[in-house]
Amino acid sequence: MEYIPNLIFAILLVAGIAFFTQNVRKLIRNIKLGKAVDTSDNTSQRWKNMIAIALGQSKMVVRPVAGFLHIVVYMGFIIINIEVLEIILDGLLGTHRLFAFLGGFYSFLIGSFEILALLVIVAVTLFWVRRNVIKLRRFLNPEMAGWPKKDGNLILYIELVLMVLFLTMNAADYTLQQMEVAPYVKAGAFPVSQFIAPLFQDMSVSTIILWERTAWWLHIVGILFFLNYLYYSKHLHILLAFPNTYFGKVRPKGQFDNLEAVTKEVRLMMDPNADPFAAPDENAPPPEKFGASDVMDLEWVQLLNAYTCTECGRCTSECPANLTGKKLSPRKIMMDTRDRLEEVGKNMDANKGVFVPDGKQLLGDYITHEELWACTSCNACVEACPISIDPLSIIMDMRQYLVMEQSAAPSDLNNMMGNIENNGAPWPFNQMDRLNWSKES
Amino acid sequence: MENELKVPTMAELTAAGKQPEVLFWVGCAGSFDDRAKKITKAFVKILNKANISFAVLGTEESCTGDPAKRAGNEFLFQMQAVTNIEVLNAYEVKKIVTACPHCFNTLKNEYPGLGGNYEVVHHTQFLKHLLESGKISMEGGQFRGKRITFHDPCYLGRANNVYEAPRDLIRKLDAELVEMKSCKSRGLCCGAGGAQMFKEPEKGDKDINVKRTEQAMEIKPDIIAAGCPFCNTMMTDGVKSKEKEASIAVLDIAELIAQVEDL
Ligand code: SF4
Ligand code: SF4
Repeated sequence: MEYIPNLIFAILLVAGIAFFTQNVRKLIRNIKLGKAVDTSDNTSQRWKNMIAIALGQSKMVVRPVAGFLHIVVYMGFIIINIEVLEIILDGLLGTHRLFAFLGGFYSFLIGSFEILALLVIVAVTLFWVRRNVIKLRRFLNPEMAGWPKKDGNLILYIELVLMVLFLTMNAADYTLQQMEVAPYVKAGAFPVSQFIAPLFQDMSVSTIILWERTAWWLHIVGILFFLNYLYYSKHLHILLAFPNTYFGKVRPKGQFDNLEAVTKEVRLMMDPNADPFAAPDENAPPPEKFGASDVMDLEWVQLLNAYTCTECGRCTSECPANLTGKKLSPRKIMMDTRDRLEEVGKNMDANKGVFVPDGKQLLGDYITHEELWACTSCNACVEACPISIDPLSIIMDMRQYLVMEQSAAPSDLNNMMGNIENNGAPWPFNQMDRLNWSKES
Repeated sequence: MENELKVPTMAELTAAGKQPEVLFWVGCAGSFDDRAKKITKAFVKILNKANISFAVLGTEESCTGDPAKRAGNEFLFQMQAVTNIEVLNAYEVKKIVTACPHCFNTLKNEYPGLGGNYEVVHHTQFLKHLLESGKISMEGGQFRGKRITFHDPCYLGRANNVYEAPRDLIRKLDAELVEMKSCKSRGLCCGAGGAQMFKEPEKGDKDINVKRTEQAMEIKPDIIAAGCPFCNTMMTDGVKSKEKEASIAVLDIAELIAQVEDL
C-alpha cells in the first residue's frame, strides 16, 4: 500500500508524456507535409540567430515593456523547471525534497525560484491587464476573436495558478518544517512563501499536510496538463521558437527565392538549340505546380513558422496595409496556415494517414485574394516578428499561384506585366526611348 | 542648360575600346517617369562633375523584372533577368550603381542565382564614397539648419540593411537630420512596393502614402529626403494631398547634393 502514491505518480507521468509524444509526432508529420528545402547553409549564422533571438530574446526588447515582462516570465519558466526535476524524482521515489542535501545552494535555489515565481505572478497580471483592460489594438484585430483570445488568457491563468500552487506548497512545507514534522526536513529558503505561511498557523498538522500534498499534486498535474495544452495553443512557441529561429531566413530580407522549375523552362525557351516542336518526353514528371494554393505547396519551414506563431500581432501592428484599414493581417496569414494544416492533419487521422481531398484549400477558403493583393512586400512583418517568422513568403507563394496558374492578377497588374513583356518597362513606353531623358533639358 | 550632360553608353565605350569603372543602371522610373528623370539627371551631373568613368545601357536596358516578381510572375521576372544578364555579361560589367532600391535589390540579390554576379551599390552608398574620397565636397550650404527627415525605402533599409549612407550625406549638408517616429528598420512603407505602384490600393480607410506623410508632418520637416523614385512619387502625392507642397519639399538625396554642388 505504501507505494500507491508512487505508482499513481508514475502512471500520470507516463500518460502525460505519452500523450505529449503522440502530439509531437503529429506535429512533425504535419510539418513534413511541406516541400523540402535545403537548410544546410550558413550553419554558424543559424546557431547565432537561435542563441540571440530565441535564447537571448533579442527581438523582444524592441518593445521594452512587453519585452521586459516577457523575459521575466521566460526566465521564470526555464529556471523554475529545475524544481520540476526534483518534484518528479520525489514523486517516483517517494522521497521528500531529494535535493535538500545541497544545503546552502539548495536554499539559494528555492529562494530564487520563489522570487521568480512572484515576479512571474506580477508579469502575468500585467499581461492580463494589457490584453483585457488597456485593450492594445494588436490584441483586438478580427482574427483574435474567439479561441485565440481565450487561449491567450487561459495561458495566463494557468501560469498564475501554477505559481500560486508552487508558493502554497512551499508555505505549507515551511510551516511543517518549523513544527519539525517528519519528513519535512529543514531545507530551503522561503523569501516569498514565508508571508503566506501565517495562514496555516492555526491549522492542525494533518490539515497543513493535506494542503501541502494537495498543492504539490495539483502543481505537478498542472504542469503535465500545460505540457499537453501546448499543442493546441499558440503557447507552442516556447518549444518551437528554437528550431524556428534556427531555420529562419538567413539571406537579405529583400532576396526572394528564384523558382527553379521556372528557371528550367526559361533556359529551355531561350536556348537557340532547343527544338520547340520536339515531342514531349513520355517519362517526364508532370510539370510542377507554380506557387501555393494549399499548405502542402508551402515549404516545411513555412509550416513550422505557422505552428511557431505566438499570435502576438507585432507583425500586424507594423503592417502598412493593416494600419490603413486593409483586410491584410500578416498574423492572420500565419494563423490561417496553421488552422488549415491542422484541418489537413485531422483529415489524415480520420483516413488512416492519407489525406482525402476535402474540397477546401488555404487560398480562398482561408486567405482571400483581397488580402494577398494588399501586401506591399515591405518586410515590416518579417522585421517585427520576434521569432523569425516570414509571413511575406507565404503571401508571395500564393500570388505566384494566382498569377502563374490562374492568371488571376488584378487587371492593372496584368497591364503592367504586359508592358514589361512587350517593351521592357512597366509603363507603355518604347524601349527605344529609354535614353531620351539624356537629351531633354 | 549651361553644360550638357555627358551620358556615354556601354555600346559607345565598347566601340571605342574602353571599359567604364561603373555601370549606371537607370531603371524604368529613372528613364521614363518625369519626376524620376530629374533624379537621374541630378545624379549624372554629380558623376560628370566628379569625373567618374561610367556608362549606361541606354536602349539595351530593360526592366529588371522586380515588379513582375513581386506581383507573382516569376516567369516574366526570370525572362527579364536572363535577358539583362546576357547584356551585362557580354559587356563584362563588374560594378553597378543605381538610384532605384528595387533595381538595387534585384540586381544584387536575385540576379546572382541566375548567373549575374556584380558588385551592386545604391547611389547613396556611391555618393558617400565620392564624398569620402574627396571627389565631391558638398560645401554649398544651401541646406544649413534645414530640418530634413529621411524616409527609408523598404528595399534599401529593411531588405538590405542600408540605413546610414543616406543619413551621413544629410548630416554633411549641415542640415538638422530629424527622424520620424518609425524610421530605419521600423520605417513605414510608402505604399508603392510589391507592385502596388501599378494598381489601385485595396479597400481601406486611408492610403499608405498619406499615413506616412502624416508621420513625417509630425516632426515638421522642411524637406523629406527620399532614396527611391517610387517613394518620391508617393511622398510627393502625400504632401500634395495635405496641401503642404509650399512648405515641405520632397527631394532625392542626389538632388540635394546636386544643389549644394551648384549643379
Ligand atoms: S510585407 Fe506585406 S504583410 Fe508584411 S508588413 Fe509589409 S505589407 Fe504587411
Ligand atoms: S508572425 Fe511573429 S510577429 Fe506575427 S503574430 Fe506570429 S509571432 Fe507575432
